[in-house]
Amino acid sequence: MLSRTADNLYWVARNMERAETNARLLEVGARMSLLPTAQGFRSDWDSLLRASGNLAGYTEKYGAPDQAHIESYLFFDRDNPNSVASCITNARENGRIIRTALTTQVWDALNTAFQELREIEGARTRQDLSHLTDWVMRQAAMLRGAIDATLLRNDGFNFLNIGYYLERGDSTARLMDVKYYVLLPRADFIGTGLDNDQWSMLLRAMSANRAFHWAYGGEITSAKIAHFLILNPQCPRSLITCVAGMNNHAARLAKLYGHETAATKAFAALLAELESQTTDQIFDEGLHEFLTRYITQTAELGRVIHESYLSGDIQ
Amino acid sequence: MTSYFNEMYHAEGLRDPYRWLEPWSADMPAGKRRAKQAEAEALFRRIGVTFAVYGEGGDPDRLIPFDMFPRVFTGGEWAKLERGIKQRARALNAFLVDVYGRGEIVRAGRIPAELVYKNAAYEKAVVGIIPPKGVYSHIVGVDIVRTGPSDFYVLEENCRTPSGVSYMLESREMMMRMFPDLFRENRIEPVDTYPDKLRRTLASVAPPKCEGAPTVVILTPGHFNSAYYEHSFLADLMGVELVEGQDLFVDGEFCYMRTTEGPKRVDVIYRRLDDEFLDPLCFNPASMLGVAGLMDVYRSGGVAICSAPGAGVADDKAVYTYVPEMVRFYLGEEPILSNVPTWKCGHHDDLKYVTENLADLVVKEVHGSGGYGMLVGPKSSKAEVEEFRARILANPANYIAQPTLALSTTPTFVDEGIAPRHVDLRPYCLVGEKIELVPGGLTRVALREGSLVVNSSQGGGVKDTWVLVD
Repeated sequence: MLSRTADNLYWVARNMERAETNARLLEVGARMSLLPTAQGFRSDWDSLLRASGNLAGYTEKYGAPDQAHIESYLFFDRDNPNSVASCITNARENGRIIRTALTTQVWDALNTAFQELREIEGARTRQDLSHLTDWVMRQAAMLRGAIDATLLRNDGFNFLNIGYYLERGDSTARLMDVKYYVLLPRADFIGTGLDNDQWSMLLRAMSANRAFHWAYGGEITSAKIAHFLILNPQCPRSLITCVAGMNNHAARLAKLYGHETAATKAFAALLAELESQTTDQIFDEGLHEFLTRYITQTAELGRVIHESYLSGDIQ
Repeated sequence: MTSYFNEMYHAEGLRDPYRWLEPWSADMPAGKRRAKQAEAEALFRRIGVTFAVYGEGGDPDRLIPFDMFPRVFTGGEWAKLERGIKQRARALNAFLVDVYGRGEIVRAGRIPAELVYKNAAYEKAVVGIIPPKGVYSHIVGVDIVRTGPSDFYVLEENCRTPSGVSYMLESREMMMRMFPDLFRENRIEPVDTYPDKLRRTLASVAPPKCEGAPTVVILTPGHFNSAYYEHSFLADLMGVELVEGQDLFVDGEFCYMRTTEGPKRVDVIYRRLDDEFLDPLCFNPASMLGVAGLMDVYRSGGVAICSAPGAGVADDKAVYTYVPEMVRFYLGEEPILSNVPTWKCGHHDDLKYVTENLADLVVKEVHGSGGYGMLVGPKSSKAEVEEFRARILANPANYIAQPTLALSTTPTFVDEGIAPRHVDLRPYCLVGEKIELVPGGLTRVALREGSLVVNSSQGGGVKDTWVLVD
C-alpha cells in the first residue's frame, strides 16, 4: 500500500477520534461546571483546556476562559486545528485524498458527517451543547461501524486501527488528567471519597459509567477507577486496551509484510510495561506524572509509526 | 433567426429514438421532477462528484448540474460516429509518431513546418522516441457537435488528458438507479465497461523492460485539482494506485512508488498532469508535482507514460485544421467525420475574412480551453467584438475562427418545465493494442436559454447519453 495512503488512513482515524474526544471534553467541562462541588468556574475550564493541550491557543485568542468561547473554540473554530469542526473536516479531507482505499459506506459516513457539520455551522440558531456532543459521537460511531462492517481486512485496516487506538489511549489519558487537575489541587485529597461525583461524571463522559459498575460494583474509589481506565483490558477505552490494540495490529502488519519494525518492538515493550503495573505503583509514581509519561510515550509511538511505515523511506 | 435541429422533435414530429421518452417526460409533473432532481443531487453530493473551477472561488464542492432528460442516438448514428472517431484517433497517433520521427507529412508539404516544430506543445525532449505500440495518445477525447439529422462536426480533439468520463459513468449510474423502467423499455448499450477497457489499454502499452504483469498507476496533481474526483474514481474502478509526484521516485533505470513495504516498481503511468510538470529535470524546474528523472527512465524504456509527453501538439487548435489531411496522408482514406470550417488568423487572407465578419464568428485562442478566451460573435456586444478585434490584431497567429454552428438541441428539464437546450458530445476513444470506444460519451448541455457554451465552468451541465441497440 502507498505510504501516503496508509498515512491518510491513520489520520482519518486519529482526526475522527480526536473530534470525539473534544466533544467528550466539552461534555465533562459543562457538567463539572454544574456541580455544587466545583471549585469555581474558571479553574475547571482552565484545567480542561490545559489537559487537552488547547490552553495556549485559547488564551491567545480569547484570554480568560468562558463557556461560550470555549464551546466555540473547541467545537467550531477553524483556527483551532483540534476543534471538532477542524477534525471532521480534516478526516473527510484525508478520506477524500484516499477515496480509493475506502468503501462507499465508509466514505459516505465521513462525507455525511462533513455535510451535516456544514449545516450545523450554517444554522442560524446554535444547538445546545449536549445535542452537539451527541451528534459528534453518533458520527464517530457511524464511521467505526462502516469501517467494521465493510472495510477489507488488509494493511490499511491495520493502519486505521493503530490510528484509532493511539488517539483513543491519548484521549483517555488526557481526560483523566483533566480530572487530576480538577480533583487534586492538593495531593492529600487523593483516595478520599470527596471526589466520587466528579469521577462518575468522568466515567459518564467516557460512556463507561454502567460498564464500571458491572465490572467492579460497590463504592467508586480512585483506585478502582484508575484500574478500570488504565489497567483493565475489559474497558474499551483503557490505556492497556489501546496499547494491546496497537500491538495486535502492528503484529498483523509484521506478519503480512514478513518483517518486524521499530514500531512493532515499541508497541510490545509498552504493552509489557503496562501489564506489569499495579494501581499502587501508579499512585506511588503520581497519577499526573504517570499520565504525562504515557502521553509522551504516545507521541513517541506516533513518531516511530511514521518512520517505520508512513514516510515511505526504505527500511 | 437561426433554426436549430431538435433531436427529439424535428419537422416530421417525434423522432424514433426518443419515442419512449415522450410518455416518460409527460408523466413528470413539477413536484415529481423536483423530487427526482433533489434525489439526484443528494446522491451526487454523497458520492462526492463535485467540481471546482480554478480561480473562481466560491464553493469548492460545487456540483455539475445534472439534467435527467437523456440524449439518445440510434445504433446506426453511433456506428458512423464510431468509425469516424477511431479513424481520427489512428491518424492523430500516426501523426505524432511521424512528427517526432522523420516528419514525412511536413516533408510532403501537407502541413506547414513552423506550425508543427515551432508549436509550443511540440516537445523537443521526445524527438526520436517511439512509445510502446506506437501510441502517443491513449485516450482521445473528441468533441462533436450535431447540426442536422446526419450532420456531425468535430469541434476539437483532446489528445492529452481529456476529463469528464466519470460524469459519463455516474450519469448512467444515476439514471439506472432513478428510472430503472426506462432501461427495461429501451435497449441501451452499457457504458460501464469503460474502466476495464481503460485498464487493458494501459496494460497493453507496458514498456519494453517490463516483464510479467505491468503495474499501472494514475498520477494526479493532487486532491486540490478540479478533476481529482475523476482521478480517484478511475483508480478505484480499475483497481490501481492513485499516486502523487511525491509518492514516486526514480532509482537507476526504473521508477518506484513508496509503499508501506518499501519501494515498488511502476511500469505504466496514466498521468493526469501536464507535460510541463512531469519531470523538473526535463521540463519546468519549479514543478513540485512531478518526479525528478522520470523522463530518463521513460526514454530508456523503463516506464510508459500515458499520454506520452509531446502528444499535445496533435490537439492544438491550429493543427486541428489539418486532421482531415492526416487521415488522407497516413491512412489513405477519406475522413468520415468533417471538421468545422476554420479560418487561421495567422494567414493573411483568413485574417481579412475574420476581421470583416467578426460579429458572425466564434473566435478561439489556439491554446485555450474550458471556453475561456473566446468570442461568440452573435452573442457579444459591439464593444466586446471591438475589444476582441484588438486582441486578434495584436497576435493573429494565436487565434482561429469558426462559423457559429447551429448546435442541435435536446429537451431539457428547466424551471418552467421542458425546453430545448444546446448540447455537444464528447466520446472517449481508447488507443492501445486495440482501438476501442464505449458506446456513449459525455453530453454537455448549455443550461442557459439560448447559450451555446456548454463548458461546465460556464453554466454547462451534463446528461446521460444513450446509444440504442437497433
